[in-house]
Amino acid sequence: MARVLVGVKRVIDYAVKIRVKPDKSGVVTDGVKHSMNPFDEIAIEEAVRLKEKKLASEIIAVSCGPTQSQEVIRTALAMGADKGIHVEVSGKDYETLQPIHVSKILAKIAQNEKVDMVIVGKQAIDDDSNQTAQMTAAVLDWPQATFASKVEKGDKEITVTREVDGGLETIKCKLPVVISADLRLNEPRYATLPNIMKAKKKPIAKVTPKDLGVDVSPRITVVSVEDPPVREPGVILPDVDALVAKLKEGGHV
Amino acid sequence: MIKNVWKLPLRISNSTKNNGFPVTKYWIHSQPNFTKNNFNIKRGNFSHVEEEHLYFFRKLLGESRIITDLSDLEKYNVDWNKHLRGASTIVLKPKTTEEVSKILSYCNNNRLAVCPQGGNTGVVGGATPVFDEIIVSTELMNKVINLDEKSGVLTCEAGCILQNMDEFLQQKNLIFPLDLGAKGSCHIGGNVSTNAGGLRLLKYGNLHGNVLGLEVVQANGTVLDLLSTLKKDNTGYHLKHLFIGSEGTLGLVTKVAIQCRLRPKSTHVAFLGLQNFNQVLKTFYKAKQDMDEILTAFEVIDTPSMELANEKLGLGSPIGDYPFYVLIETTGSNEKHDEEKLDGFLQTCLNKNFILNGTVTGEVSKYKAIWEVREKLPQGYIKDGFVFMYDMSFPLENYYKLVEDLREHMGSLSHRVFGFGHLGDGNIHIQISVKEFNQDVANHIEPYIFELTKKYNGSISAEHGMGFLKAKYLNLMKSQESINLMKNIKQMLDPNGILNPYKVLF
Repeated sequence: MARVLVGVKRVIDYAVKIRVKPDKSGVVTDGVKHSMNPFDEIAIEEAVRLKEKKLASEIIAVSCGPTQSQEVIRTALAMGADKGIHVEVSGKDYETLQPIHVSKILAKIAQNEKVDMVIVGKQAIDDDSNQTAQMTAAVLDWPQATFASKVEKGDKEITVTREVDGGLETIKCKLPVVISADLRLNEPRYATLPNIMKAKKKPIAKVTPKDLGVDVSPRITVVSVEDPPVREPGVILPDVDALVAKLKEGGHV
Repeated sequence: MIKNVWKLPLRISNSTKNNGFPVTKYWIHSQPNFTKNNFNIKRGNFSHVEEEHLYFFRKLLGESRIITDLSDLEKYNVDWNKHLRGASTIVLKPKTTEEVSKILSYCNNNRLAVCPQGGNTGVVGGATPVFDEIIVSTELMNKVINLDEKSGVLTCEAGCILQNMDEFLQQKNLIFPLDLGAKGSCHIGGNVSTNAGGLRLLKYGNLHGNVLGLEVVQANGTVLDLLSTLKKDNTGYHLKHLFIGSEGTLGLVTKVAIQCRLRPKSTHVAFLGLQNFNQVLKTFYKAKQDMDEILTAFEVIDTPSMELANEKLGLGSPIGDYPFYVLIETTGSNEKHDEEKLDGFLQTCLNKNFILNGTVTGEVSKYKAIWEVREKLPQGYIKDGFVFMYDMSFPLENYYKLVEDLREHMGSLSHRVFGFGHLGDGNIHIQISVKEFNQDVANHIEPYIFELTKKYNGSISAEHGMGFLKAKYLNLMKSQESINLMKNIKQMLDPNGILNPYKVLF
């Protein structure tokens, strides 16, 4: 049975309207409702299903971020993870934390915990980077199965169906492996009350990037964050001739 | 009494060619038959709309704000359930109170019947004409007049859409004290005129308490300025209450001043599965004991309702199948405090076996998804054949009894008898689904259902109002003395009876 590491990120809840800070340094996060990145929910769900099928033995949920990241780990525990690790990164360090840092952190933990599978969401809905899984695999020198929409586990290997531009691709990877979860992999469960109660007693270990020997110094500077341009209103044209004229005018025809 | 069997007209639409053979599509839910043909009711002694009347309206509002095209009129003539169809030939869309005043004054002088209409989301036929009443729509009266951010008093025109108002208030950290499934379409004027209840009544109370003032145009065109924005004002008779809930029969509401509240900082929703209705009640009483001050909604859903959601809407319970489901919403000013109260309450309910299972969340996307299961239920009716829709309130111990009785009473006549609703307010929505309408089934249901409601000490219309469909049953609920007084008030305020005739008072 495999030991599974799942990366979960705390992001602004997707149903909340995003507002840009007046000084254009970022988006408003203070007092804004956060939750687990939806793709990470899918990742946890997949891990829990593996455990229910007795293909996984232990699930470790990891989150990098400020104290509030523990809420997201608790949610993962409530969904069925066994223990959590909170990698404390706060303040300025958190603002410039990038997949390159996170992947090194996850890789180190994966080695420390002797896991066989690392599952993360394909991307976070705040930065849309879609890099962590790939970089983690590279650091560990493990195979990667990204955009997974189906995962079947054999004894020492997995068969993964990937959603790619051209359609569906099926690949086999030897364990240990890194997987990134895509939308159609599964439908995450709602954590039920008995499990929510149990999760309160599950352990969450706290570490820092330094403890793991990972340098989180910034490698980027955020220059500015702006709203996308306001969409121009449409124009109602009286007839087809006018439409053709406008299209020609705009150089589209 | 319904005269004719309601036929389901087949209409051939959008013929598409398939291998040279035209493929025709049949609309099963086409336009209903005219209400005036379906019910045994006589047209009042009103004038018919003539050319000279049209000339007046055109001059007053301009061509763009009157509708006389029959196909454009359909959406105003047919009710939300698609059970009723008026025969109005004209819709007027005033923009100002002055225009409304001129319209009503003119109609009163010329004995033209008027049907005020907001979002046309009513379910008892109160918003659609029975005959050829002139529809006066508040569609274009949709401006916010003033928001006093400090006191939270919003003054707006009657045609403002509820959801728009709440979104506007959200930016100012305030919340509208009313919320219902129809929020994307319903107008404040209509909400006030029907004393709409909704999902937040448990916490915020009803509109009689939250409406601080109104501007109403009377039948003869007199503009009644009752637009106070003061919380307390005991000077003279409280006239606004006459218009709240009188469903457009005593006056046309043109402006509303309403007390809004602070937007809660913390919202949590729990969705629970329970063994039987007794456990639902136990859970409710415990919730009030443990969390009264943060309890915002307490809704119950039975199994057949959830089955409808599964089959027709692709929605389901987030926790699996249980005989009864409860949705609890709490809101407060402190996330930690609320979580503590809620956790303690849920733990107790689990330990004492009040509940079998459940989930709880403070995450926006999750609780919106959970609310969707409850809020979208009415959208499933149109896919379930013909659904007879009822809305009762009961003393809590009788809350679910009528559903159980009805199930037995209907037997194999109905494929689904289901109930759900605002348990916290004692209000249950009861529906009876049949494959298609027929008069015998209708007679089997009414008046039995209303008589049984009375036997259980309930009301035959908790929040939907009497409208057209229930007007004839008023004497089941109110004494002759009170009905007489209502008729006197109507006579005094609308001697020619032009305001929404055939509704409320039969």
